[in-house]
Amino acid sequence: MFPYIVRRLLIAIPVLFGVTVFSFFIVNLAPGNPVEMFISPDATQADIELKKEALGLNDPIYVQYWRWLQNLLQGDFGYSFSTYAPVGEMVASRVLPTLLLMGSALLIAYIIAIPIGVISATRQYSWIDYLTTGFSFMGISIPNFFLGLGLIYLFAVQWQILPSGGMNTLGGDGGFGDTIMHVLLPAFVLATGIAGSMVRYVRSSMLEILGQDYLRTARSKGLREFLVVNKHAFRNALIPIITVIGMDIPLLIGGAVVTEQIFQWPGLGQLTIQSILSRDYPTLMAVNFIAAITVLLSNLVTDIFYSVADPRIKYN
Amino acid sequence: MSLANLNTEQEPLLPHPQALNLGEEESYLRMVTKRFLKHRLAVVGLVIFTVITLMALFAPWISPRDPYEITGDFAAEPSADYLLGTDQVGRDIASRLIYASRVSLAVGIGAVAIYVVIGTILGAIAGYFGKWVDMCIMRLTDIFMSFPYLMVILVLVSIMGPSLYNIIIVLGLLGWPGIARIVRGSVLSIKEMDYVKAGITLGYSTPKIVFQHILPNCLAPILVNATFGIASAIIMEASLSFLGMGVQPPTASWGNMLTEAQSLTVLSTQLWLWIPPGLMILLAVLSINFMGDGLRDAMDPKSLR
Repeated sequence: MFPYIVRRLLIAIPVLFGVTVFSFFIVNLAPGNPVEMFISPDATQADIELKKEALGLNDPIYVQYWRWLQNLLQGDFGYSFSTYAPVGEMVASRVLPTLLLMGSALLIAYIIAIPIGVISATRQYSWIDYLTTGFSFMGISIPNFFLGLGLIYLFAVQWQILPSGGMNTLGGDGGFGDTIMHVLLPAFVLATGIAGSMVRYVRSSMLEILGQDYLRTARSKGLREFLVVNKHAFRNALIPIITVIGMDIPLLIGGAVVTEQIFQWPGLGQLTIQSILSRDYPTLMAVNFIAAITVLLSNLVTDIFYSVADPRIKYN
Repeated sequence: MSLANLNTEQEPLLPHPQALNLGEEESYLRMVTKRFLKHRLAVVGLVIFTVITLMALFAPWISPRDPYEITGDFAAEPSADYLLGTDQVGRDIASRLIYASRVSLAVGIGAVAIYVVIGTILGAIAGYFGKWVDMCIMRLTDIFMSFPYLMVILVLVSIMGPSLYNIIIVLGLLGWPGIARIVRGSVLSIKEMDYVKAGITLGYSTPKIVFQHILPNCLAPILVNATFGIASAIIMEASLSFLGMGVQPPTASWGNMLTEAQSLTVLSTQLWLWIPPGLMILLAVLSINFMGDGLRDAMDPKSLR
């Protein structure tokens, strides 16, 4: 197991390197330069040149990349072009809100999806199965922003029971309960797509297991159906479901961009949009880098969980 | 959104064994059609999708007004004059809704067509030649799969300038890894089959073997993946346009018709501005996903219905 993890991590390094090269060049291909975005309109051409020189924007792109990489290896993400704050700190302050949002979304998704998937499988082709199939497709197909707007309309405008955005009430005590109230809507929006595909996975995985011989044995020895389904079948159905968790992480990162924008959630997604709009290259690179690491790590963790859950799977 | 990946990790779906027998190809097609038509949701999806396609094709004839025409009525409620009301600039919403279906279908079909070609070629090369070629292509695939998809698309589109064509190109250039993996997997297993070895022994050229003997047998999983891909491309375009980084007004897109609803006044008082386009996206994406599910069930030899 250990050599396998080490080898996977070693393979991840060139992949991560490739990702940074790609994103650095893409980001720096942008026409227009960041200096014009934040310098005062009456600045002279000489001022702009001075600024560009100071930021190192006049160097060839591979020199810029090399400098960026060297700094990165020392844990330095550089300084934001738009706020002049250290990017590391800017990003760090956004990580927790995003983690809170994604974690809540995953939790909500699984609480909804797993029981529904199991029920759907045990009553295959019943009206309840058709209903959940329909709903799971709805969850997959509804765009986050439309669902988000709809929920804001219902819960914040019409019924006024939940806040329409942000992470804390302005001027409020900023307590944990307040944050929970704020996270509910965006987390639910983010959860729908995941819950939708999760239901499908749980259902098909359960269906496959339910047809196995050892379940017939369990039934024929007189075990109650409840135990057969929830103890014997469900445990084994969980294995393929682990893969989905790994696949959900990149989906969550993408979904968070739109969802955070709608709910003004102060996380990494919102930071991405802000840095794209202000051509804040260092921040954009840092966000991209973190997202890529997250994706790679989640793939690795998925594979490890997989072998822990199913001892038949051996990596070497 | 991630339904397209349902089968990527499993063994590749091969068509029904009968399909490998040239003489029976027609009956395979008939069998798939029959199974597809038995799938109720898929048929519903097909009907809705056909309606939307017809709407896009005949937009100039069926829309009540010119989608760009600025009438004197701003943000007018739905009435006999304006079936779904007008937007804040005074354009007829029903007409814009109809024209916007063209944008969504163009993005869905255009982007997927591009990445199916790229993914199939790369996947076939990797699977057939193996060794270091395979290794290189698969690492490239890993890199593309580790990109935070939406973020890279946002960056690329904002760099190239947000427009319909750029969205199609960007989505097309980034979407291929899924297909490449599927095709590689299928090719890996098919190339060991006797009829391929026979082809090699007979001295057929490599392109002929890959494109005429092997690839036709990967068609089923590609088709299923592409169908789900169209749905997610449509969502992606709508999201980009909603964020203001996609199709730009005055061109109507279902996504950019919802942008104004980010203001609380529009959201709470002018429902006709944002609910219809949102429902159209949902309907279009849902119908395509239903079709994809039906196709998968119909083409999967393991599913017995």
